[in-house]
Amino acid sequence: MNAVEPRSADLRQFISGNEAVAQAARDAGVKVAAAYPGTPSTEILEYVSKYPDMYSEWSINEKVSLEVAIGASLAGSRALCAMKHVGMNVASDAFMTQTLIGAVGGLVIVVADDVGLSSSQNEQDSRYWGRFAHLPVLEPSDAQEAYEMTRAAYGISEQFEVPVIVRLTTRICHVKGVVVTHEPETHESTGFKKDPSRYVMVPGNAKTRIPLMMTRDEALKTYTTKTTLNRVEAGSDSRVGFVTSGAAYYHVKEAFPDAPVFKLGFSHPAPIEAIREFSTTVENTVVIEEVEPLLETELRAAGVEVHGKDLVPKIGEMAPAVITPPVSKLIGEAIAESALIPTHEVFPRPPTMCVACPHLGIYYCLSHIKNTIISGDIGCYTLGAGHPWNALDTTISMGASLSVAQGLDKGRADSDANKNVLAVIGDSTFLHMGMQGLLDITYNQGNVTILLLDNRAVGMTGGQDAPSSGLNLQGEKTMQVDFRKLCEALGVKPERIHEVNPYEMPVLFKALRTEVKIPEPSVIITNQPCVLTERYSKLPPLKVEADKCTGCSNCLDVGCPAILVDRRETVVKPNGKEKELAFVSIDTAACTGCGLCTKPCAPDAIVPAFNVSKIDAVEIK
Amino acid sequence: MSNDVTNILVVGIGGQGVMTAADILGTTALSLGYDVKKTEVAGMAQRGGVVTSHVRFGPKVYSPAIKPGTADLMLAFEPAEALRWAPHLKQDGLLMVNTYAQEPPVVSIGLFDYPDSPLEKVRAMGIETHDYNAGQSAIELGDRRLINSIMLGAISDHLPFPAETLEQSLLDRFRHKGEKLVALNQQAFDLGRKAFA
Repeated sequence: MNAVEPRSADLRQFISGNEAVAQAARDAGVKVAAAYPGTPSTEILEYVSKYPDMYSEWSINEKVSLEVAIGASLAGSRALCAMKHVGMNVASDAFMTQTLIGAVGGLVIVVADDVGLSSSQNEQDSRYWGRFAHLPVLEPSDAQEAYEMTRAAYGISEQFEVPVIVRLTTRICHVKGVVVTHEPETHESTGFKKDPSRYVMVPGNAKTRIPLMMTRDEALKTYTTKTTLNRVEAGSDSRVGFVTSGAAYYHVKEAFPDAPVFKLGFSHPAPIEAIREFSTTVENTVVIEEVEPLLETELRAAGVEVHGKDLVPKIGEMAPAVITPPVSKLIGEAIAESALIPTHEVFPRPPTMCVACPHLGIYYCLSHIKNTIISGDIGCYTLGAGHPWNALDTTISMGASLSVAQGLDKGRADSDANKNVLAVIGDSTFLHMGMQGLLDITYNQGNVTILLLDNRAVGMTGGQDAPSSGLNLQGEKTMQVDFRKLCEALGVKPERIHEVNPYEMPVLFKALRTEVKIPEPSVIITNQPCVLTERYSKLPPLKVEADKCTGCSNCLDVGCPAILVDRRETVVKPNGKEKELAFVSIDTAACTGCGLCTKPCAPDAIVPAFNVSKIDAVEIK
Repeated sequence: MSNDVTNILVVGIGGQGVMTAADILGTTALSLGYDVKKTEVAGMAQRGGVVTSHVRFGPKVYSPAIKPGTADLMLAFEPAEALRWAPHLKQDGLLMVNTYAQEPPVVSIGLFDYPDSPLEKVRAMGIETHDYNAGQSAIELGDRRLINSIMLGAISDHLPFPAETLEQSLLDRFRHKGEKLVALNQQAFDLGRKAFA
């Protein structure tokens, strides 16, 4: 660790783990920081971008961001790269070879795991990458440690010439705590020194690097037994001792404050012999780790007798309420009453599209086209898979909508011969990893209709900029991608590219109906901005004229959260069938007047609200 | 140890200012020298989903998350959310609820029902509940985001520090945005303090 003095107590800050990482990078003298936005890591670069002395960028994907950081490291400067867990999958091609080259200037990769899947397509344990690539993994337990370990990571990276992973989880990234920073240091770039036998990874050179990596492994195994990042905390109750790391450490302390704890900050490679010794001082040793039983498996393989995932789940967070019951049972203690509180079933409140989101019109149209197979992608528009649209059939990974659509087209059964294959992808996702899929479709002559939803922002993570917005991470003007030209360059015929305003649903619907019938690649680009960004201009709100509403509920198919049902009625039609009617109103205070709901309203009951600023609130007692 | 820690749960819907309210509580506690942790479960918070923000402060705080059955105070920005999270309160916990209901689209399109009399159900659980239509008042004051300040006013007399300390911390947030906004938030805070008393 850096031998630096904490600043005085009045410099206590209340900041998140993400901000702590950014401050640590600044204080460590990092010169270059790069990332692609992704929950829960997004804010790291947003904070870094506020420091004028550091170069920071939104890269177009995680592989690019890592490669930018690698370049800076080879130039002799300190570099930071941050991403969410699935971003590492994208970056892994560069990552798995860079470990052979190692680091010149300190190279730190901050990977944030979305434990509990609050906003991700899977849950994966990034600690595996340390094992896979033979490099160290640090695991802070709170914001203060996120600061300290990020700074320590630069020292380790340069001492062992190795990229270092700082593994965060949502409960580190987004938890605010008290942080005291240390004196900043300056880092002088050592300059790029040509060394092709190290930097040019052709087989002959790479072969010579592998034994060096093995030697490095041994050095790290020695280091892990000495570093103060790993420590034993004595406890008065030795019926159970815990081996733990990351956010789980504090959950353990909360649940069993008197138990001895082996706390791992430098969690890979782990000090196996020291843990073996610790295990002999307690009656039961329990490993609490998020998510996979990595440490547990390694300890068992070394013959250390431990409990772990035999007691606690392999999925989700290791909260006190998760740890307490099984461990209490293990040591023969009664389970606390708090587990027995009655609960009421309340409707789910899944995330929805925003009021007036341009995607609403697109999904309204898609849900009204028959015979479709629609592959989706990662972004706000993934919500199109939900109610009321139910308009996406697949979502897998960044950019997969296009290439999966190609496979759905080429692999179609005879029974699906008349199906229309569509792909839906957002602007930033398209630039991240979708372009390759489009090129594959045009090159191999797939029959796919592509909806490119250009809202000029990375919407889901909070409206960050991208090459589609024309602004960089600092909000400064830069080039702006011309999607029409780009799609043309990727081989789509000019006449098969349409640019449509998604609020003009009849135009969009017509374009869709035309293009799905033409058996070649076509792209429909929608061109209205994300409502969360400053580009969006609100219009005067609308209201429903109650006496005109017939209860047809067509407007509800738009899916706008500002449309509310006031009452329902069941009527019997002349043919004897029952029909559900829903009479609606508009939350005028939320409505921004996009007008999408007026299109399917047959009786024209939706009109400007003009000066109406109040709504009839539902009072519940 | 956890007996010395104050646990406050703030619950509501994305976009209501739940996280900001919790942040102001945390910042105030920090300024008084406490150890503080604040955490959210707010997956896709800006998208109308459920948001819960946990604030814990005391001499030393370990886990950032409040265990079910241990919250001292709960601020619910929506009545159905009050019902959903009520089991997080401890036996003699105190609940402040904004009665302005917000139905999600899954209720609007008829897939689920909004619970009847959610606050009666909460009271039936033996929880002391104070309620007021802060949403309506915020709209009348001209900005629905003022729910936040009204709810902070509601809780201000039930904290281990003076209401005025919280009020100053709230108003400090708006000082750089002009006196008008400071005055408006002060009005909202005072309203909440009186209305929920």
